Amino acid sequence: MAEEKRIRRVLIGKPGLDGHDRGAKVIARALRDSGFEVIYTGIRRTPEQIAAAAVQEDVDAVGLSLLSGAHMELFPEVVEHLKQRGAGDIPVIGGGIIPEEDVRALKEKGIRKVFTPGTSIQEIADAFRELEPEGA
Amino acid sequence: MAKHPQYKEWEEKTLGKALQKMPERKAEFKTVGGLQLPRLALPKEIDAEYIQKLGFPGEYPFTRGVQPSMYRSRLWTMRQYAGFSTAAETNKRYRYLLEQGQTGLSVAFDLPTQIGYDSDHQMSRGEVGKVGVAIDSLADMEVLFDQIPLGEVSTSMTINSPAAVLLAMYVALGEKQGVDREKMRGTLQNDVLKEYVARGTFIYPPRPSLRIITDIFEWCGQNTPSFNTISISGYHIREAGSTAVQEVAFTLANGISYVQAALEAGLDVDVFGKRLSFFFGATTDIMEEVAKFRAARRMWASIMRDRFQAQNPRSWMLRFHTQTAGHTLTAQQIDNNVVRVTLQALSAVLGGTQSLHTNSKDEALTLPTEESVRTALRTQQVIAHESGVPDSIDPLGGSYLLEELTDRIESEAWELMQKIEDMGGVIPAIEQGFIQRHIDDAAYTYQQEVENKERIMVGVNEFKSQEEVKVPLLRIDPEVERAQVAQVQKVRSERDEQEVERSLAALREAAQGEDNLMPPILEAVKQYATIGEICDVMREVFGIHEE
Amino acid sequence: MDIEAVISGIGERNSRAIARAISLVEEGNPGAERVLSSLDPPSVEKAMVAGITGAPGAGKSTLTDKLISHCRGLGKRVGVIGVDPSSPLTGGAIHGDRVRMMQHALDEEVVIRSMATRGRLGGLCASAGAAARIMAASGCDPVIIETVGVGQSEMDIIRIADVTALVSAPGLGDDIQALKAGLLEVADLMVVNKADKPGADMLSMELKEAVGDREGRVLETVASKGEGIAELFRAITDVFGKNVNSGERDRRRCEARRAEVVDWSLEMLRPHLQRMAQGEEVLSGDPRNRARAIVQSLLPPEDR
Ligand SMILES: Nc1nc2c(ncn2[C@@H]2O[C@H](COP(=O)(O)OP(=O)(O)O)[C@@H](O)[C@H]2O)c(=O)[nH]1
Ligand SMILES: [Mg+2]
Repeated sequence: MAEEKRIRRVLIGKPGLDGHDRGAKVIARALRDSGFEVIYTGIRRTPEQIAAAAVQEDVDAVGLSLLSGAHMELFPEVVEHLKQRGAGDIPVIGGGIIPEEDVRALKEKGIRKVFTPGTSIQEIADAFRELEPEGA
Repeated sequence: MAKHPQYKEWEEKTLGKALQKMPERKAEFKTVGGLQLPRLALPKEIDAEYIQKLGFPGEYPFTRGVQPSMYRSRLWTMRQYAGFSTAAETNKRYRYLLEQGQTGLSVAFDLPTQIGYDSDHQMSRGEVGKVGVAIDSLADMEVLFDQIPLGEVSTSMTINSPAAVLLAMYVALGEKQGVDREKMRGTLQNDVLKEYVARGTFIYPPRPSLRIITDIFEWCGQNTPSFNTISISGYHIREAGSTAVQEVAFTLANGISYVQAALEAGLDVDVFGKRLSFFFGATTDIMEEVAKFRAARRMWASIMRDRFQAQNPRSWMLRFHTQTAGHTLTAQQIDNNVVRVTLQALSAVLGGTQSLHTNSKDEALTLPTEESVRTALRTQQVIAHESGVPDSIDPLGGSYLLEELTDRIESEAWELMQKIEDMGGVIPAIEQGFIQRHIDDAAYTYQQEVENKERIMVGVNEFKSQEEVKVPLLRIDPEVERAQVAQVQKVRSERDEQEVERSLAALREAAQGEDNLMPPILEAVKQYATIGEICDVMREVFGIHEE
Repeated sequence: MDIEAVISGIGERNSRAIARAISLVEEGNPGAERVLSSLDPPSVEKAMVAGITGAPGAGKSTLTDKLISHCRGLGKRVGVIGVDPSSPLTGGAIHGDRVRMMQHALDEEVVIRSMATRGRLGGLCASAGAAARIMAASGCDPVIIETVGVGQSEMDIIRIADVTALVSAPGLGDDIQALKAGLLEVADLMVVNKADKPGADMLSMELKEAVGDREGRVLETVASKGEGIAELFRAITDVFGKNVNSGERDRRRCEARRAEVVDWSLEMLRPHLQRMAQGEEVLSGDPRNRARAIVQSLLPPEDR
């Protein structure tokens, strides 16, 4: 069918306690303006809540934003909870103030892409568009 | 030129009195080339419009500054703040700073503390000690201020929703040290309204939050009169993406809400009014920033004098701290940030700030290195001692452009504030998402302008270089969290459980009624009740706020 | 996840399966038909579909959140469909209703799904109807559909609900005017939310006057404090019960299903029509007349 025209659904979530949501909201809007359906879950969510919402919304990808430095703990937990819910194929992207060393470690733990400060929105939207489910 | 009578009056009365208390730093101020700088440059003709809009420094409407001689007598306070992960490590740094002659301390707390969760709460996982120090109970406070005489320092705490708890811990510790409450000095951020729209560390719904804040105003007025009870913050609103006009409008509207709440609680506007302070951001857009600071001063003076009928001119003054705008710093070509910070700091000084934090070039990415912190401080010192800008009051005052911008910011901010008034005030405006929508829209517009190069960001979308952007490594040892969790559990196992229960029950009763919350909170912290336990009692009574 | 797993997963209340099933319908995937024909008819029959509509900011999501809590307290499994408009320019949408319902995120007995109108005229009505039936088949009863009460497509969505509550609140502007424009007739219940705010009583009175308040169609709630929720839910179930007994529910469902059949048919025809129009030399001849010719060619001879 019209597979390439399929509308993509993404969930943008902020795990942890950091309330700086400027980036997450700007990304959410930019994705909408690039034709995505964006589910925004708000700030201060647990990784498990985010994973559960992602499953119910049957999203094509999950985007996480976190500026407090807790990414090493919280990002992989989202991936874990997705797996536990039989949704390990949903790709997860992370963004925030993330040092080089952590980027590598996060990728090893199943975070598909990691964006650091200064990335253009266009680049981020393209990444979401190009993502394929795990194993596809 | 004959002196205008009002100028003469200012010179003799306002300025004269001020200079007696605090003489100017030098006998005369000169340019590098030897020209004498006037204290206050004035138009050829001082007309009614000048008096009404600009007036004289230290006098209503304070457009040109809140002190009569401004930086000619005393420079702004150079206050740099820093956060470390553990109480013990932070204590070490504080003692080092005090030995170096610093008298003001500044505490950054981690997010669980700021949201009233104990370190072993499930929401705290991964966040303990990350953006500041973790405080669970008085025991941690004892470590944080070990061997620091609380009667001799002034401590600024970036704490909002649980401000009453941290204040109580600070006071309890002071009592243990035998310090008079009257002698305790410091500043609480305590500005919860902006948390709902910008920073996100809210706990309770807005109305009970306002009650806690007015309880703090009242209690401090009677017990710790030297504490600045609130720092009404536009900084975070701006960082969240607002425009300068929105920053002024939303911040002053929040200020109005606090004053109204305090008046409704029966407090005297001239008692709490002079303990209100403000906190703004400074971006690189120099002229707009200078205009913003001046407009905000003029507006607040009128709000306090005309609307709230404050009698004491000190209640009319908008005194503010400035931080250079973190969101303008770029990960690309990181040295460019030093230049940005310089321009931003300059705008704050030209705008008459009372204190200033200059960001380090790497501050947006990591805990700054010692070297970059030093450069940030040197930036302020260069402006203070080499630029000549502080040597004449409100040096840009009278510029056609500046005055026009000041007027424009003022009128547009009034307009926005009127819309908020029409909705019934800030709380309904927050509930309806009005303020959030304005901030989000502005943030999105800004980003789009950067994306399509209508707004040039040097090194980001133009004048790029090949270098790879690298975020320097900052890893808070996960051991910090484990140790802190063990510590809070140890405190809970060693205290008198019955006394804790009793004190929390008393707090619950006060919260359900109308008594001031500070005394029962103080009692609870003395029994080593934890911040989570205390906040949970209030969550039970007040409910929680959901985004 | 293959179709078999989706089909068996719905009955087993598997979140992923339910979510995939709804996506198959939304995407027009051929597998959707097998999924839909597998749904357990008695469950679909039994479940109450409640529509919550009203102006943005009236408190629909907060109300829905509290209705979920209330129903969970009664041991009910709840489905929620949040509908937001798609941008006509880009086709994208932002769904924020979930923000107010996150407390239920880990409750396996609460199924929440955001759907966008996707620029189809009646199409969403069809997708949302199918989504509600999928949720019902997984044991959700009630299924709540939240939608912004402006525009025609939202009115259509409300038609697939068995019971509709129209939410208003003081301080949102000239809503009574807007309310009068059609929604008052569609709605079974009028909710004045934010009853804690000045102007609520006035609004209630105006509404009562406008609808000639028979049998308490106007209710007050304070969603943010959970006040009036039990009463609202009782009122919704009362209307539903009465309509079941009187046959009104089935009449409405028949009408809605018929409309849905038409919507689906049009939706399914669209690609064919597009292909047929491709071959047309569109600059010669009036488009309307060309359309007539295409449709004629599709109809059986006796209907031409
Ligand atoms: N004062 C008051 N505010 C409410 C009430 N119900 C909801 N709100 C607030 O109104 C705003 C909009 O609510 P929301 O449920 O998102 O509205 P929706 O757009 O209709 O879904 C939120 O800030 C709610 O907290 C209420 O009963 N009283
Ligand atoms: Mg909603």
